[in-house]
Amino acid sequence: MSHVSMTVNGKQMSGDAEGRTLLSQFLRETLGLTGTHVGCDTSQCGACVVHVDGVAVKSCTMLAMEADGADISTIEGQAAEDGTLNALQQAFQDHHGLQCGFCTPGMIMSAADLLKNNPTPTEAEVRHHLEGNICRCTGYHNIVKAIMAASGQDVSSIAAE
Amino acid sequence: MPKDHGIGASPKRREDVRFLSGTGNYTDDINVNGQAYVHFLRSDVAHGRIKTINTDAASAMPGVLKIFTGADFEGVGGIPCGWQVTDRHGEPMQEPAHPVLAQGKVRYVGDQIAAVVAETVEQARDAAEAIEVDLEELPAVVDMKAALADGATKVHDDLTSNLCYDWGFVEENKPAVDAAFEAAAHVTTLELRNNRLVANPMEPRVAIGDFNRGTGDSTLYTTSQNPHVIRLLMGAFVLGIPEHKLRVVAPDVGGGFGTKIFHYAEEAFCTFAAKALNRAVKWTSTRSEAFISDAHGRDHVTKIELALDADNNFTAIRTDTHANMGAYLSTFAPSVPTWLHGTLMAGNYKTPLIYVNVKAVFTNTVPVDAYRGAGRPEATYQLERVIDKAARELGVDPIALRRQNFITEFPYATPVAVEYDTGDYHGTMDALEKIADFSGFEARRKDSEARGKLRGLGVNCYIEACGIAPSNLVGQLGARAGLYESATVRVNATGGLVVMTGSHSHGQGHETSFPQVIAEMIGIDESMVEIEHGDTDKAPMGMGTYGSRSLAVGGSAMVRATEKIIAKTKKIAAHLLEAAEADIELKDGTFSVAGTDKSVAWGDVTLAAYVPHNYPLEDIEPGLEETAFYDPANFTYPSGAYACEVEVDPETGKVTIEAFSAADDFGNVVNPMIVDGQVHGGIGQGIGQALLENAAYDENGQLLSASYMDYAMPRASDVPYYNVDHSSQTPCTHNPLGVKGCGEAGAIGSPPAVVNAVVDALQSGGHKVDHVDMPVSPSRVWAAMNA
Amino acid sequence: MYNFDFEKPSTIADAVAALGDDEAQALGGGQTLIPTLKQRLASPSKLVSLKGIGEMQGICIADDGAVCIGGASCHADVAGSSDVFAGLAGLAGGIGDPAVRARGTIGGSLANNDPAACYPAAALGCGATIITNNRAIVADDYFEGMFATALEEGEIVTEVRFPVPEASNYQKFEQPASRFALVGVFVAKYADGVRVAVTGASEEGVFRWAEAEAALSANFSAEAIADLKLDSDGMIADLHGTSEYRAHLVGVLTRRAVAAAA
Repeated sequence: MSHVSMTVNGKQMSGDAEGRTLLSQFLRETLGLTGTHVGCDTSQCGACVVHVDGVAVKSCTMLAMEADGADISTIEGQAAEDGTLNALQQAFQDHHGLQCGFCTPGMIMSAADLLKNNPTPTEAEVRHHLEGNICRCTGYHNIVKAIMAASGQDVSSIAAE
Repeated sequence: MPKDHGIGASPKRREDVRFLSGTGNYTDDINVNGQAYVHFLRSDVAHGRIKTINTDAASAMPGVLKIFTGADFEGVGGIPCGWQVTDRHGEPMQEPAHPVLAQGKVRYVGDQIAAVVAETVEQARDAAEAIEVDLEELPAVVDMKAALADGATKVHDDLTSNLCYDWGFVEENKPAVDAAFEAAAHVTTLELRNNRLVANPMEPRVAIGDFNRGTGDSTLYTTSQNPHVIRLLMGAFVLGIPEHKLRVVAPDVGGGFGTKIFHYAEEAFCTFAAKALNRAVKWTSTRSEAFISDAHGRDHVTKIELALDADNNFTAIRTDTHANMGAYLSTFAPSVPTWLHGTLMAGNYKTPLIYVNVKAVFTNTVPVDAYRGAGRPEATYQLERVIDKAARELGVDPIALRRQNFITEFPYATPVAVEYDTGDYHGTMDALEKIADFSGFEARRKDSEARGKLRGLGVNCYIEACGIAPSNLVGQLGARAGLYESATVRVNATGGLVVMTGSHSHGQGHETSFPQVIAEMIGIDESMVEIEHGDTDKAPMGMGTYGSRSLAVGGSAMVRATEKIIAKTKKIAAHLLEAAEADIELKDGTFSVAGTDKSVAWGDVTLAAYVPHNYPLEDIEPGLEETAFYDPANFTYPSGAYACEVEVDPETGKVTIEAFSAADDFGNVVNPMIVDGQVHGGIGQGIGQALLENAAYDENGQLLSASYMDYAMPRASDVPYYNVDHSSQTPCTHNPLGVKGCGEAGAIGSPPAVVNAVVDALQSGGHKVDHVDMPVSPSRVWAAMNA
Repeated sequence: MYNFDFEKPSTIADAVAALGDDEAQALGGGQTLIPTLKQRLASPSKLVSLKGIGEMQGICIADDGAVCIGGASCHADVAGSSDVFAGLAGLAGGIGDPAVRARGTIGGSLANNDPAACYPAAALGCGATIITNNRAIVADDYFEGMFATALEEGEIVTEVRFPVPEASNYQKFEQPASRFALVGVFVAKYADGVRVAVTGASEEGVFRWAEAEAALSANFSAEAIADLKLDSDGMIADLHGTSEYRAHLVGVLTRRAVAAAA
């Protein structure tokens, strides 16, 4: 066991980890931040995406020890202190961009990563960016629409609501 | 102007806030003090005889509490099957024993040989590797037709063969159907496979068993669509725990799609082991484990024939299907290829004679059971594909051929035992034609051709039977359960309501849509209504969520219970207003006396029920809580017309979905936003089935697509925006809300549209291809083009 | 996963020393290795992360004009360097997904040599030089078949040097599940000839398509190879495509790469 420290959602946090402890496991089991989900074991579904030093990564495919000293953002840190959803979260609610909610934390974190680097993406860019985030409920329609809306683009002409 | 509240409005989902902020409560988020962890040692061969299992070394490893094998479960019940099908000859299906842990033989890759309970998951896994299993490998039975050949290796030694049942429907009609084929002017024949799928809800299954030695109570936390059903099946048939000593909790559940209906061995194991060890026992499936332990779906091989007269009227349908059951009978497996499939073979058409033959077959593969649509996608796919092929053979417009044969008068009794109450199939086709812009297709095709691509348009219809189901009917058909739903409406003193429902929401948004109904009935704000579900200690006995039944059946129970509440509050209001009960009206949350200005507010009446100082105690009890059980009079019959446009790259065979339109008739719609979302999701899964997904086994019974590295899940870039419409509405005639159910439609209606479009595209390029099996992969399309 | 010790040295020398221990293994971005460990298909005693080694990070131009990429540079960094080497940046931008590209490294990819990985096609297609902690290996000598390379035990890919072609392009036809290459073709045109490297297709791993190179060296146009067919013997056949299909795709993608590069 080694002691691992990191800044998570602006707060200093630490705990013990083995060499094999995954960042996702450390967040969920050691720090009790169960908003980050694990949906596969081959690094494909993206339910576990968090930001490490400002970059979206799959926390199930990174060792906790590799994140020692890093600045981590998770789904729990996205809303304001008073619980007000941020613009991206709010767009997901407004446009029904989630159903069962299991993939949602990873979707939000991946979408936030996209919008940080590409503030007004095209539909094709949004879809391409979500290559590593699998949703089984929504058929992606409302996820893509929500991200487009969160980027400030007009989505009123997109079919169906 | 869209409504802003009540039935027909689209309020934002209240469950979203917790899901968007990482504060949901999924089963794996639950940890019970002192919990231990189980790892299942699963068979890596498809078929084998267990000679010995030596756990001595493994048991001595660090952290190991106990290693269980089949021997520990002698005297414990097996996993029950909830449906008994009677075959063509009036005999019951062959029903093998299904032990919690393998006894004597392993029958599929993934079958549980042993279970190691240890202090940590990794310790359990370490010890599992040290278990010595002496296994005599047996030939694997994989192909269904080979499984039925004389002398085939038997999956279950004590059964007479690998045939579970040979079902004929309607058996008495067979001679007439055969005669109609003899007399037909044209017969179209199509052989196809409905590919095996893995449901893949994004949340893998989890089970936590807990036991309180002080009270003798067992608790199971599980990722289930129907906790009461699990309590009944596991309590009564497996472990012998009466319902009052067993609580089953299914909290936030991350998608189900059918595969979380069934009672699984892991649930029984965790509950059993918790009592045996006096420790909570937790199991969290990995995705790799899910591929070889979650029940799979579909996997039918079918030959369908359609007979037409000289005027292109459908005169008869005859089908011959082999349906894979896998190695054991999962909870509802026998019903899927029979009553959920054969009864839908009429589709939207007035075909007078239909005969369906289904041979259900045991193989050395993961058990197969209901997956979104369950039987109805299989029926729709073969029917809508053969109609499309017939139109091409006859040189007629596929839409016109469909329209010509539509059922137009309701109620309509099909030749396959069901009666459609309402529908308007021309109406949904008209709606489709409006949204899909058929008139612009030729221009789009030319544009594709200019870019070297082949463009195709595929159209199909579907009908489904959902709102499952009338108990007396399904009882006759072999169901070993009723299929009613329950609701308890508890009104608190200050007027707020808690509705406890047996329906379960795992993505459907019940916490938002159910209050819309109740609030509208009473005339109060939706925020005054809270939905509780997923805990057998809270809700009355219910049957859960599947078969697009939650609103049609569960919602109806809720309406009935609310009607009882309203009746009682009117009595109280009459007393408070010193008026006759018959004169009391409830509107906008206020009781008034007709023709007067006397009124009393909802909250004052509910308060009076709990503070009965001025109260007709001699006539009615204090308190305000009512329960209703609703058993539907019939299935509901949503229907629709779907259109898909594809581009095929003739060099690579790759198919791209360019447009997808869906016009559905769901009857009345409570929350259009949620309904659209359900259709989107269903279409996404249907496109997945049509183009990408394939649970394939090799001849040794190894699953070739056993992870996301080989099982292709649809991604955002595989699908377009969908164009959906549900303006064509013929309300269900027999439930109080006039609703039909929308959860499965997209998955039922979309695969034939995609494949019809691919065939259309290929034929437009001069390729003589009249069918490509799903998934329509680039490799298959290329092979078909170059055959 | 089996447990292991973890070290994160900050110099190549320390990393090499740490890898001297029995059963120690280098960890690049971990995007393949960690899933492999989860399946318990490997049991290193120690993982030595190369992510903390500054001298293995970054992209620069050598005196001879070659693009030099530090072995621990992630795919996203290479994808962002289209001004330096557009063909390679395009390839890197199509590997996996954004989160994978943020962690996965070029050194890790080349050391693993997955038969369906993208980077081997670029390295072989450019005749790159793979620099390790103790030698330089030309790409033609480096790839030794599926998951096999010229690397010795404990040897680290510290840098990869790509001679920049006059024109180049990578065409990838994705395997629909893994999104690795069902077939990927890298075409690079140099003053002294054209190189064509194919990944995903062969049971022997990445390979050069000599006939196409000869034809394209004479005439760098898609028409020059319009009738060229690759024999399907030795091509991979699996759930996602037959060997004939893969052989066919090699031709299609090579033509498309030439058209896109020209």
